[in-house]
This record gives sequence, C-alpha cells and structure tokens, in this order.
Amino acid sequence: MRSRLIWLAVILCLCCIGYMTIGARGPLSFVIPFRGTKLAALILVGFAISTSTVLFQTVSQNRILTPSIMGFDALYVMILTGAVFFLGGMAFVGLSDQIIFAVTASAMTLAALALFSTLLRSAHSNLMRMILTGIVLGALFRSLTDFMQRMIDPNEFSVIQGASYARFAQIETDLLMIATVVCCVGVGLAWRMRFALDVMTLGREAAVSLGVDLRRTQMKALVLTAVLVAVSTALVGPVAFLGLLVVSLARLVTPIEKHGVLFVSAGLISAITLIGGQTILERLFKLSTPLSVVIDLLGGALFLILLLKGHRR
Amino acid sequence: MISIRNLSHQIGGAPILTDISLDLPRGKISALIGPNGAGKSTLLSLIARLEKLQGGSVIVGNLTVGSCSNRELAKHLSILPQMPDQVPRLCVRDLVSFGRYPYHQGRPTADDEAAVEHALAVFGLTGLAKRSVDELSGGQRQRAQIAMTFAQDTEYMLLDEPLNNLDIAGARSLMALLRDLADNHGKTIVIVLHDINYASRYADWLVAMHDGQIAVEGAPAQTVTSDLLRDVFQTDADIQHIDGLPIVMV
Repeated sequence: MRSRLIWLAVILCLCCIGYMTIGARGPLSFVIPFRGTKLAALILVGFAISTSTVLFQTVSQNRILTPSIMGFDALYVMILTGAVFFLGGMAFVGLSDQIIFAVTASAMTLAALALFSTLLRSAHSNLMRMILTGIVLGALFRSLTDFMQRMIDPNEFSVIQGASYARFAQIETDLLMIATVVCCVGVGLAWRMRFALDVMTLGREAAVSLGVDLRRTQMKALVLTAVLVAVSTALVGPVAFLGLLVVSLARLVTPIEKHGVLFVSAGLISAITLIGGQTILERLFKLSTPLSVVIDLLGGALFLILLLKGHRR
Repeated sequence: MISIRNLSHQIGGAPILTDISLDLPRGKISALIGPNGAGKSTLLSLIARLEKLQGGSVIVGNLTVGSCSNRELAKHLSILPQMPDQVPRLCVRDLVSFGRYPYHQGRPTADDEAAVEHALAVFGLTGLAKRSVDELSGGQRQRAQIAMTFAQDTEYMLLDEPLNNLDIAGARSLMALLRDLADNHGKTIVIVLHDINYASRYADWLVAMHDGQIAVEGAPAQTVTSDLLRDVFQTDADIQHIDGLPIVMV
C-alpha cells in the first residue's frame, strides 16, 4: 500500500512540474507566482473534494453518493446568489471576500446540518429514497438559484456568474489564504477522525458496540463536509462528479478499508486529476473544452455504472 | 448484573415495552424468548444503547446506560452486531482487531495484538486470519464477528438472534461456545432466541415476553411449561422432559 501511495505522490509531482513549466513564456519571476497560486489552489480543491466525498460516503454508508449529488455545492451557490439578490450587487461587491466566504460557509454548514442530518437519520435504511431526495434537493437549489439570477439586474448577475459553474482555469485566488487555512484545518480534523470512521464502516450496531459516539461523529463529518465543499466551491465553483470519480478510483488503486490510506490516496488522485487534466487539456492539446466537462462526462458515466451494478461496492 | 427498572418504550406512539423491571443474573446465559413482536429485540437494543431510552433505567454492572460515556461502556458491554449488507473488504484479523478499538482508539499496543491472536485462536480462526470477510461462509462470518466481540473483552455480551442463518452444526457450536464463555470466562450473556429448545438446552435463565411485558422468568425447567406455550406463544405443543430439561415437541 505504501509503495502505491509513493507512486501517486511521484505522479502528482510530475504533474505539478508539467503544470508549472510547459508552455511557460516570460520571466520566471512572473510565471512562478502566477502559476504557483493556481497550482496551490488546485491542490487545495483536490484534497477538499476528495476528503469531503470520503466523509460523506462513510457517514451515509454507501459509495455512490457525493456531496455534490446531494446538492451541497448547489446550496453554496444558492446562498451566494441569495446574498446578491437580497443585498444588491453593489453592497455585495463592497463586502470583503473573506467575510462573504465566512458567512456563506457558516450558513451552509447550518443548512447542511439541518437538511442532511435529518435525511441521514430517517433514511439510513432506504438508500434509493435518500439518493432521490438528494437529487431533488439539488435540483431545487439550482432552480431557485436560476430563478434569482433571472430576477436580478444583469450587472449584478455578472458578480456571481463566476460562482455558478466549475472553472479550473480562472481560480478565485483572492480567497487562497483563508481557503488554505480552512482546508488544512478541515482535512486535519477529518484525518484525526480516521479510526472512528473505520469503525463506522462496520455498520451502525458495531460502531455503537465499540463505543463510537455515532451521532457526534456523523455531525462532525457533516460539518467538515459542508466546510470543505464551501472551500472548493468558493475557489472553483461546483464540481459535480469529481469527488465520486476520484474516490472510486482511490478504492481501486488502494483496495483497503482504512481511512488513513483512503484519505491520502483519494486526495493525491484528486490533485493528479485536476492538475494533470488541466495541464494536458490546456497546455498540450490547447483544447477549449473545460476540464469540468471531461470530468463530469467520466464521472457521470461512472455514477451510472455504479448505480446499474447495484451499488454493491 | 443487568438491572432494568420501569422501562417503557414507544415507537410512533405504539407501545412496544410497558413498565419492564428485570434483573439478569451475572455470569449466566439469559435468553429472551417470546412470539414475534413481543419486544425482545427492542429490549435488547435498549440495553445495548442502540435505541435511546425513553423512560426507565438500565444499569449494567455499575454503569448507567445513557449517562456513562460510550467508550467506558464499550469496555463492559458489547453487542454482536449485524453486518451491513455491504460487507467491508477486511481480512478476518482486521475485523477481529476492531474489537480492541475501545481500548486503543486506533493505535493498537502489543497487548491488543495479543488479545486479537488469542481471540482468533479461541474461535479456531487462526487459519482463516488472512482471508477476506466477504469470502467466508455465513457460519464462519458469524464466528469472526463473535471473535471480534470476544476480543472486546467485555463482561456483558448481548446477542440478537445469532442463530439465524446458521445450520444445526453452526448453531450448536455457537451455543456451546457461549456456554463456555459463561462457564469458563465469567461472561454474562443475554441472547434473543426464537427456538425454545435451544433456549432451554443452553440458557440458565429464561425471560419470556409477551406484548411488551414479562410473562414469566426463571430457570428453563420451571418456565417452559404447556401454560407458557398456550398463554405466551398461543400454540399447544407437547412438552417432554429429557435429562430434566423440558423439550418442546415441535
């Protein structure tokens, strides 16, 4: 297992070097900070998405759900749009990015807790109902967002336009500092929960028998999921299937039921997918297809396959 | 001893258990029997803190369920869990070593490793230690889970219908194992059983439940009577006594 993780780390390093150097014109003093911040943001996003997905899958005890399928990031965009809608674009622009981020992230944490904790409690025996509810909720959030975006002034719309779709080429680097701190704390806390999460994969009864405080662990995992999704959505916008794709890949590459391993391998694969994919699409092939389209295509196909296979694993 | 006082429980407004007070003896096997829907499993899951207590109290040894810490209780009371549909991809040794989690919280010491090896040996699983749990037969998997519960090394063990899905050989060897745990390891075992004959053959103490209340409790020889079958199980079957044990002629 360790050698596979090292291999993944090596591949990630190669991807980073490729991202930093390929097609670099102009003085290094410009290229390094310019691309470096984007690289850092991609790595952050990669780890935030994979960690939130692993947490959510363990808490919901199935492996085809991701926070995005359940409408987590749609919720984030809705809160942001709601802010512009009710406060007005000028007032919104006047606020500092950090404050907006802090407010949306906490609002989202509360909303996610209220919504998804009841959902998890009532439907932990009924997977299909839970998936459907999540998809319906996601659709609801997206439609409400659409509705508000249509109602507001076109100039104000441009303020939040960037938040509504995934963009890996233009990243909101203004938020990088606070996002780094939040992401590191979130991933760190998730890492500290890894043994309790391992126990939770044995099922509810075993976890209670072994003294894991189920309710508290679930709540903690949900809060962390919400915060990490907020980080990644703030930086690059909603990413529908990336989490599902990378965590499923990680389960194939490191087939071991240990969250200590899974967190690392999923994070590395996630960062490789983002950085490698971005390098290949943008630099090598000069394609205009956004990476998010490719990821959603692959991820969506994977989601269908997993669903058709009867979500055995 | 497990002391249950004035325990009542409702699900969706319907009473499941009404005012149950019960003492389950220490170092013995107590079997909860009764017809379907009598509240046996609910009672067990309340003792095991799988369900939240609504009214009444449960005291296990000197720990009060609901107010003592989960981790502390996990060192004294274990439940044989039901595996989720999706069996985790673990080898038997890893599964059994989860039993030590209450003690080491993820970082096993040499003592924990030794306890795991001991549990594997006691349940004859040493040869299967490297096999993946999802490749095992139903009986072997059950044994691996009981080995995990054994490794947890708690004085009190709760089992909810462990004989389901076991053939007669598996069921008998499981009951014999439990007997051994009670007699030679001083465990207090509470088990929900469907089959009265298994209960009367292997348990020391029977608690017959009916409509959320205790109908009869006592040693098998005194409890298993035709009155019990008629009043509690609503069936009239003959009872024969073999070696002093009542056997229901099913």
